[in-house]
Formats: sequence, C-alpha cells, structure tokens
Amino acid sequence: MRYHRWFSPWVLVIPALAWLLVFNLWPSINTVILSFTNARPIGGGTFVGLKNFEALLHDEQLRYALLNSVIYMLVCLPLLTILPLALAVLVEKKVPGITFFRTAFYTPVVASAVVVALIWQWILDDRGLVNGLAEKLGVISGPLPFLSDQWLLLFSAISLTVWKGIGYYMIIYLAALGNVGRELHEAAAVDGASAFRRFTNITIPGVRGTMILVSILISVSALRVFSELYILSGGNGGPGGRDSSVVMLIQQYSQGFEGNLGYASALSIVLFFVTVVPMLALARLNRKAADA
Amino acid sequence: MTVVTDPARPVAVPDEPGTAPPRRKRGSFGFNSISPAEKAVRYLLLVFVLLITIGPFLWQLSTSLKGSGEDIYTRIPKLLPSQPTLSHYGEVANTIPVWDYARNSLVVAVLVVGGNIIGSSLAGFALSRLQFRFRRLVLGLFLATLVLPGEVTIISQYVTVREFGLANTLLGVALPGMIGALNVLLMYNAFRSLPVEVDQAAIVDGANVWQRFLYIGLPSVRGTISVVAIFAFIGAWDDFLWPLIVLTDPNKYTLTVGLQYLSGTFSNNPRLIAAGTMIAFIPIVIVFATLQRFFFKGVEEGAVKG
Repeated sequence: MRYHRWFSPWVLVIPALAWLLVFNLWPSINTVILSFTNARPIGGGTFVGLKNFEALLHDEQLRYALLNSVIYMLVCLPLLTILPLALAVLVEKKVPGITFFRTAFYTPVVASAVVVALIWQWILDDRGLVNGLAEKLGVISGPLPFLSDQWLLLFSAISLTVWKGIGYYMIIYLAALGNVGRELHEAAAVDGASAFRRFTNITIPGVRGTMILVSILISVSALRVFSELYILSGGNGGPGGRDSSVVMLIQQYSQGFEGNLGYASALSIVLFFVTVVPMLALARLNRKAADA
Repeated sequence: MTVVTDPARPVAVPDEPGTAPPRRKRGSFGFNSISPAEKAVRYLLLVFVLLITIGPFLWQLSTSLKGSGEDIYTRIPKLLPSQPTLSHYGEVANTIPVWDYARNSLVVAVLVVGGNIIGSSLAGFALSRLQFRFRRLVLGLFLATLVLPGEVTIISQYVTVREFGLANTLLGVALPGMIGALNVLLMYNAFRSLPVEVDQAAIVDGANVWQRFLYIGLPSVRGTISVVAIFAFIGAWDDFLWPLIVLTDPNKYTLTVGLQYLSGTFSNNPRLIAAGTMIAFIPIVIVFATLQRFFFKGVEEGAVKG
C-alpha cells in the first residue's frame, strides 16, 4: 500500500537520475560514437569508420602502455593484497595511541597523487635524499637515474602507488577483520597455535572474500594509473614516451591542436576492455570459490 | 559486526545517538592483555611504518622551510632547517597565483560536497523507503555504472561539458561529480537500516514524504552523510586528470593542476615546489584529522565499501 502521491519518489530521484543519464550513461554511448569520428578538442568531427581502430594496431606507444599496465598490475597485486592485511592486523588491537597511528597511516591516501608524486620526485632526484644517502653509504658511485631511465621510472611509479595505496586497503581489511570470530582466535591460542599460524589459518580464510574484492580494486586501479606516471615523468611519459599508461595517452590526445578526441575515445574503449576483463575474471573466481 | 564485501547488505545498526551499536564483548580478559615484550614489538613496528608513511611529508615540509642559502643537496640529510624561513611560501605566490588556485579548488570541492549530500540523500531515501514503479530498474542503473572506470568516459564527458558551454570553467570541473552513483548507493544502504515500523508510525501520524525524509530519515544517517562528505571533499580537492582536461586557462587552474604547472615551468628550485605542495597538502590533512573520528566510525558501521 502506498502512502504518497505517485510522483513524490520521482521528485526525489530525478536529480540523481539526471546526473546518471547525462554524465554516465550518455557519455558511455557517446564514447563508442566518437571513436568512429575524428572529433577535435575544439569541436566538429566527421565519421571516419574504423580508421581509429586500425591506427590503434600500429600505435607503438599503446603497446608500451599496455606492457606497462600489465607490469604495474603484476607487481601491485601481490604487494597490495598482503601488506595492507598485515598492517590491518597490526593496528587492529586497540593499544594506547592507536587512533593516531591509524590516521597517520591513512595520510598518503588523503593526499593528492600530484602532491605525493612531487614529494617523491624530489626524494628520487639525482641529488635527492635516496641517491644522497646511498652515495654516502657507498652503495652506489653515481646517482641512479630513477626519473630518467625507462624501467627505473616505471618501478619508481609502482613503488609510489604501493606506498600510497597501503593505507586505503588497510582500512578495508580493518573493517573485515571485525567479522573474523574472536572465539576462533581464542580457542586456537588456548590450543597453543602461534600468532603466525593463527594468521594463516584463521585470519586469512576469514577475510578471503575481502581479499578478492581488494584484488579486484587493485587490478582496476593499476590499469587506470595516471597521476603518478604523469608527474614523475614530467608529463611526457619518460624517455621516448615509453613510460605512458593508457590513461596518459587518452589525456595526451584530449587537448591541443594535435588533439584527436576520436582517437582518444578509441583508446578509452581499449581501456574499458583491459579493466573490465580482469574484474570479471576475478569476480568469477570469487563466485566459483564461494560455490565450492 | 558489519560486512564490507557485500554492497547489498544494509548497515547493521542505525547510527542514532542513544542507540549506539552494542560493543562486541571483548572476549576473555586474559586473551586481550598483552605481554610487555609483545607491546614493545608492536610499538616498534608501528613506529617503523610511521616513519615510512609520514617521513616523506616531513622531508618535504623541511625542504620548504630551508633557507635559500642552505645546501639542500647535502649528502648528510638534515631534517631540521638551519636557517628556517617561510619566504618560499610567499615566493610561490609570486610565481603562480597559488592562493587563487586554492580558492578555485575550494569552490569546486564545496560544490561537489553540497551536490552529493543533497542529491544522493534525496535519491537514496526514495529508493529505499518509497515504493514506486521502476524502482529496481533505477537502482540497477546506479549499480551498473560502478563497473565502469571513470577514465573510460572522461573524453565524452568533456564533450558533454563543452556542449554546455562549460569548458574551461570551474563549474565544468565540478558539475559531473556533483552526484556520484556510489554515494547514492551508500545513502540507499544507510536509509535501509531504519526499521519500517518507524515509517509506518509517522504515516499514521500524518507525516508526508518530505517530513519523513527531513525528520526521520536524515537524522538517522548522519554517520554515512559525513563519510560521503569527507570522501567527496577529498576526491574533489585531490582530483587531477579531470581539471587538467577541462581547464586550459592558467588563471583558472585548481591547486593540483597549478602545482604541475609550477613544477613543469619553473622547476629549478625544490624549496619552491615543496612550499607549493605543502599549500595543497596541509588543508586536506587538517580536514581529515578533524573529521577522522566520523570517518573511522563510518568504517565500523560499514559505510566504506571500497
């Protein structure tokens, strides 16, 4: 039985629904339409058929970007699945001052990726903290080119992403740890199980669902990386543009006289497939594991 | 107490003051007390992680305060400046209009926070407390867009904003993010935890939809609203890619784009860039530190679902 006029719910829903249609659903459709045109950042554009998609096949920068994305994901996935869980276990117990530590560990998440990348750019500079200390200790004779070597730059950006992400996933795990039965831990402790055994045999199975969720989030965000690589490489994608990500290429084609929104849209469709495929694969894995 | 992995699950307990969720029994006393040795190891680890997470920020703060005559490239790093000065903060303002950028960031953030609080609580209330045709379809639409990474549609979103004549404006930067689908779903979840009987009692008393929303719904979801507001603010303040695409005029930049402009164009002095990053960083830390109480409370209630 209804206790309101038929239009009342719609009045409340319409603003959000309008936003959804104008800024989510329509752009999704329009991305596909644009990818068959040669639209420019200032406007205009005509139908060009499959030309953009043919160009994708011969785009060397895209090949590097996809390779970088895969490396990014393969390194981030194990590190960001395990480290934040260990940290969550560490901050779970309410010892005095724990709120301060929790807040402090979350600080890199709150800071803008631009701020964080500029800080690391200075730390990893040829004359920065890391090179200075390493030279002082005699580990290296000359500065390591963290920001100008293709591979060092990529791994610097990956470390930055991991460093910035730990606090975020720590919080997700922290919320999940609240559900792991305390009784199980107590019983195991009484039976003489070590802290490590309790971690592997109680904590990890207890947060298994969250681990799958977290690994989906990590994979998708690794494939979407932009700010870290953009700032560390000084906006140009490193030596020969080989340190670009797919999103960096999209941004690159979005502006200027050389810009081509049609091609950028075709790149967006590539991004859609590379992010959605691992997401669905992991979600499927989750369902299978749940059925078993 | 709460499940974060299942977005369909309602928040366990309404966060109305007075009906605070009963704390889980803290188990047996002996299990919770920790030995001095374990305590020492715990704090050692905590301080170690603290150094890794906070150290870089302190180093940047220190660099921004070091005098121009001070050697910042020294092999033996010194955290405390020997000639502390605030002059670089003034110098940044002479190089780029950094205070205008800060104001621009604030304008965008306030618009995004306001839009999300209003838009998502209205829609969340209707979707969870009112029956109407196509309700499930609308809900499904909101859920479906979560799968789509924002970067995929960023180009056509720009085309849309440009067609509204809002390219290169702050409103254009704020507009698309003003009602987030995720926030609508968070509010939907929060409102669902309210018992149906409360609504029925209000209906018997003759309260209309608007009164039920204002006097019954809203007061019971304050925790989730604060989480939505905190995330909306941080997201808008920190965003880089979208304002970078929308804004072309250096006078209209937000802080993040402006910082990139500073480091790309005038990158000779690390002290200057350090001061600029601190101007962007300190406000967000203050906002978060003051509101972290609500944030962690929201996490415990299950308002954060990644």
